[in-house]
Amino acid sequence: MTTEDLTGFQTPGRGRGILDIFRWHYLLRLLIRKGTSTRYRNSVLGWTWSYVKPAAQFLVYYFVMGVILQFHKDIPNFAIYLFSGIVVINLFNEAFGNATNSIVDNRALVKKIYLPRELFPIAAIIGALVHFLPQIAILLFVCLLVGWVPSFAAIGAFLLGMIIILAFSLGLGLFFGAFNVRYRDAQNFVEIIKMLSTWTAPVLYGWAMVQATLPAWAFHIYMVNPIAVAVEYLHYAFWDPTVENGAGFPPHMMWYTVGALVFSAVMIAIGQLTFRRLERGFAQDL
Amino acid sequence: MEKTMDQRPRIIVDGVRKDFLLRHTHSLKEAFVARIQRKNAAPTTFQALDGVSFEVGEGESVAVLGLNGSGKSTLLKLVSGVLEPDAGTVLTRGRVAGLIEVGAGFHPDLSGRENVYLNAAILGMNEAETDARFDDIVAFSEIGEFIDQKVKHYSSGMFVRLAFSVAIHVELDVLLVDEVLAVGDAPFREKCTKKIKELAEQGKTMLIVSHSLGMVKDLCDRGVVLRKGKKIFDGPVDEAIKALQG
Ligand SMILES: Nc1ncnc2c1ncn2[C@@H]1O[C@H](COP(=O)(O)OP(=O)(O)O)[C@@H](O)[C@H]1O
Ligand SMILES: [Mg+2]
Repeated sequence: MTTEDLTGFQTPGRGRGILDIFRWHYLLRLLIRKGTSTRYRNSVLGWTWSYVKPAAQFLVYYFVMGVILQFHKDIPNFAIYLFSGIVVINLFNEAFGNATNSIVDNRALVKKIYLPRELFPIAAIIGALVHFLPQIAILLFVCLLVGWVPSFAAIGAFLLGMIIILAFSLGLGLFFGAFNVRYRDAQNFVEIIKMLSTWTAPVLYGWAMVQATLPAWAFHIYMVNPIAVAVEYLHYAFWDPTVENGAGFPPHMMWYTVGALVFSAVMIAIGQLTFRRLERGFAQDL
Repeated sequence: MEKTMDQRPRIIVDGVRKDFLLRHTHSLKEAFVARIQRKNAAPTTFQALDGVSFEVGEGESVAVLGLNGSGKSTLLKLVSGVLEPDAGTVLTRGRVAGLIEVGAGFHPDLSGRENVYLNAAILGMNEAETDARFDDIVAFSEIGEFIDQKVKHYSSGMFVRLAFSVAIHVELDVLLVDEVLAVGDAPFREKCTKKIKELAEQGKTMLIVSHSLGMVKDLCDRGVVLRKGKKIFDGPVDEAIKALQG
């Protein structure tokens, strides 16, 4: 039985990477629902925490930075400026952090049943997005209080910012999620990246300050960082319309956007390749 | 049951080798140090399977026999795709479902119903397929009205029954069974064995690992015997059991 017709035979355990989410969309939906419905298990207030935490964070930053330390009297509506940037950082940290832990957290399944393992980081990232919506609700609420009106430009900028930050989180999440199975050192890298994320984007200050201090080439590098680009889009969507003359986009924003998108796409490719390589060892290394 | 239409095998295992790392570490530094010191260190890998080849035909039920640590579970995990071989090839045809460790995907904070849907999806079923089987699954598990309670309030017997029931109702062509028949109480075990027999009679292909030789004889015609990762016998199940003991 050596020259057999092998049509219809499959090699077990070979998925099609992140493209498998289309064929397995039903399971993906259930995994996301599992994550959201068990997030606040044994908690009385449940989803209220998703509103309380960002609101508390907002108030602390606002009073400490704005009122006590009197930072940035040059940035009007500093509270909204701050918060529209912070929500991006929160989304990134949560999406990227959850994705990194997703394989190890699902080790019971990964070790025993084959299913496309990319589903876990992707479900983790979409779960983070769901959890991010209450923060957007609070941001919107505050914006509406000071007279924000929706516009197509604002919504477009918001969506573009989301796409960039989620793509970047997915790329990094696939990479570190796979790496984490073998070497738990990954978690320390992730902590460092999460810590840096706040400071390497114009969240606590305006981009103009960076431009004024850095040489031009360094400012370009600073601005193609997908987190910085996403933060700027959220400033544009939520903060700019609430002030008389906002900072607007830095010059060359279009190129920074293209750069951030390319960078995120490359990160997804690197993440997926690393994931595929290391996936072979998931079940035995966990 | 007679073999129909497609006479080709359902499972092909060809020259398969599987190595495991012996002392693996989750620390980057230790791994790095180990790499540098590799030259004068003892072997770092262990061969769990070595040059194993066999085929399982359409509708055949084959037992995998061997002492503890002989590589049976590893073999089934290679067929299910959880592990990948380090050499050789594994090929399967049709939908493969494993009764390898039932309940792996269960979440204690979800209700029985939610867990049924989640686990059916994990085992590759879609919503319509699960809907169609849902009542059978619940009936087989004898869970009754507890189906809408959180699984963490189940007794371990109830948990096992529900998990098993989901796994056994999955749409499949090839069923892999690893020791799970040792679960539950005696009447439920009997019911499971009967169900597996029913599937065999429907012409499903099976690869079964079980410590109960009586059950193996009952379910399978053919046995493959492993010893320390090598195949030492492949033939009628009675002789396979003798080869195992001899
Ligand atoms: N993930 C793993 N890492 C290292 N060694 C393993 C792993 N899985 C199994 N082994 C080893 O491989 C051998 C075969 O295991 P297994 O296939 O579970 O045997 P069986 O099911 O026949 O009892 C055992 O010696 C076991 O210790
Ligand atoms: Mg075993």
